[in-house]
Amino acid sequence: MPFLELKEVTKGFGANGSRTEVLRNINLQIEEGEFVAIVGYSGAGKTTLINMISGLASPDSGQVSLGGKPITGPAKDRGIVFQNYSLLPWLTVSENILLAVDQVFPDWPPEKKSHHVASHVAKVNLSHARDKRPAELSGGMRQRVSVARALAMDPQVLLLDEPLSALDALTRATLQDEISRIWQDNRKTVVLITNDPDEGIYLADRIIPLSAGPGATLGPSIPVDLHRPRDRKTLNQLTRFKEIRSQVIDYLLASAPKRTEVQKTLILPDIEPEDLSIPKPLMGGRKQPIRRGDIRRESVEI
Amino acid sequence: MSNTLEKLKTALLPLVGFAAALTLWQALSMTVSPDLPTPMKTWEESREYVFKPFAKRGEMDQGILRFTWYSLILVAKGYAIALIIGTPIGFLLGLSKGFHSIFDPIIQILRPVSPLAWLPLGLVLFLSAGKQASELGALFTIAICSMWPTVLNTAVGVRSIPQDYINVARALKLSKAQTLMKVLLPATLPYMFTGYRLSLGIAWLVIVAAEMLTGKPGVGGFLWQEYNALNYARIILCILTIGFVGFILDRLMGLVEKRFKTA
Ligand SMILES: Nc1ncnc2c1ncn2[C@@H]1O[C@H](COP(=O)(O)OP(=O)(O)OP(=O)(O)O)[C@@H](O)[C@H]1O
Ligand SMILES: [Mg+2]
Repeated sequence: MPFLELKEVTKGFGANGSRTEVLRNINLQIEEGEFVAIVGYSGAGKTTLINMISGLASPDSGQVSLGGKPITGPAKDRGIVFQNYSLLPWLTVSENILLAVDQVFPDWPPEKKSHHVASHVAKVNLSHARDKRPAELSGGMRQRVSVARALAMDPQVLLLDEPLSALDALTRATLQDEISRIWQDNRKTVVLITNDPDEGIYLADRIIPLSAGPGATLGPSIPVDLHRPRDRKTLNQLTRFKEIRSQVIDYLLASAPKRTEVQKTLILPDIEPEDLSIPKPLMGGRKQPIRRGDIRRESVEI
Repeated sequence: MSNTLEKLKTALLPLVGFAAALTLWQALSMTVSPDLPTPMKTWEESREYVFKPFAKRGEMDQGILRFTWYSLILVAKGYAIALIIGTPIGFLLGLSKGFHSIFDPIIQILRPVSPLAWLPLGLVLFLSAGKQASELGALFTIAICSMWPTVLNTAVGVRSIPQDYINVARALKLSKAQTLMKVLLPATLPYMFTGYRLSLGIAWLVIVAAEMLTGKPGVGGFLWQEYNALNYARIILCILTIGFVGFILDRLMGLVEKRFKTA
């Protein structure tokens, strides 16, 4: 039996009339200790998906279960790194992490708690900034605090929602290495949401594309059978890497909404722009005035 | 060089404003309002109250700072009541849609009512308290008039807490009480203090009306007495004192507010 399982999960937003289905027929099985990456377009429903695993949202139909038990709400066994960091701005780095530690290990003596906090701050190389508030940190530093907070909860499952997408390429690479190192140290079950197939392949055991919405669904699960530790420099020259990458990208491209040419007769107002005293360039540089009965080509998404 | 010039300018320009006001005052008292004491006369009549600010010669004849002190104590009591009642109401309004639908209309109707209208009601409310009635009525008026900015700002603050913070609280499984103390309250503090500052301004505004009607010793009571005694110069002393104290109170609250803004 899989450790984390989503069965026929569907989720939409809005009331009956204007309801849009965001996710449709999501099936996902993850083994304990596995690192799975989910790649998809912006707005496809990746955050919605991870919120249902964390318990912050519940599916409209279908089941999400962890260790055989259905997930009914958030719990301390799932640590989440939010897409937008979500640190509390009035608390320092240490205090933000302590808040989580206080919740998960309420019975620990204070010294043990603060030691635990300090060691996790150190793990993400932020010891020098432990007494700073989020506003005084760079985006990458905030992201690391967020990762440290989730790790300090010592969760069974670590949920990472695009933890690095707001960062520049260099910082991103450094943090990818950090995540990879931390995962190899303690082999937690990890679900990584990302919009970068390369990142998914570099880090995960398995990579799954999420088709474009609305009604997004998971594509084929592609095992990343590249031995670890992976070397960033030589990785993208491997044939297997290229295969996985093109499989993911092909699936994503095929799922994108298609653009079709449609012919339509548009009735346009019968105004002669030259009657108006607006200089030509302001009219968008169009030379010919548009007359009633003009036929125009339009791209319409179907 | 140009920097010191700028500084000099910002220091001197307000003086120009004061000089202009004084000139206008002098001109008015010499032309259209002969009963209005000139600045010089005002000073002559007031100096005793200014130079012996804490003197007590009688119930209604005391140094100006002594009067101010009485007024501040009354304001502090009414203001404290306003905050103690207003903050939780603001929280409830912000947290609960139902509470908002029920009470927002009545709040919007009571909010613009003038202190002069509340005071008689306050006196009636506490009529059975006998000797205490006028003080209680004044406190009631100060509290009910100054409460609204605290109520409304707190409500707005609670309503504009980002969903992110709430998600953190939920993901960490904070209890209701913990969510309130560790997330909602700190996130609302900056708004609350904006409300507190505005409320203090109103509380100080109301004091004069309250003391005028209850006849209690204080700057407002003194002002009203001097008006009845046809001693117009000291009215102006009172006005200036009220303005000055109000300005200082606002500045002090502004400093406190700023501290929470950065947090
Ligand atoms: N609370 C909500 N109410 C209504 N619609 C929502 C809500 N949350 C998400 N949606 C809609 O669901 C869709 C998917 O949103 P989601 O945040 O899951 O996307 P995403 O894949 O995480 O995108 P990104 O990569 O930009 O973070 C979007 O079209 C969004 O408008
Ligand atoms: Mg997202």
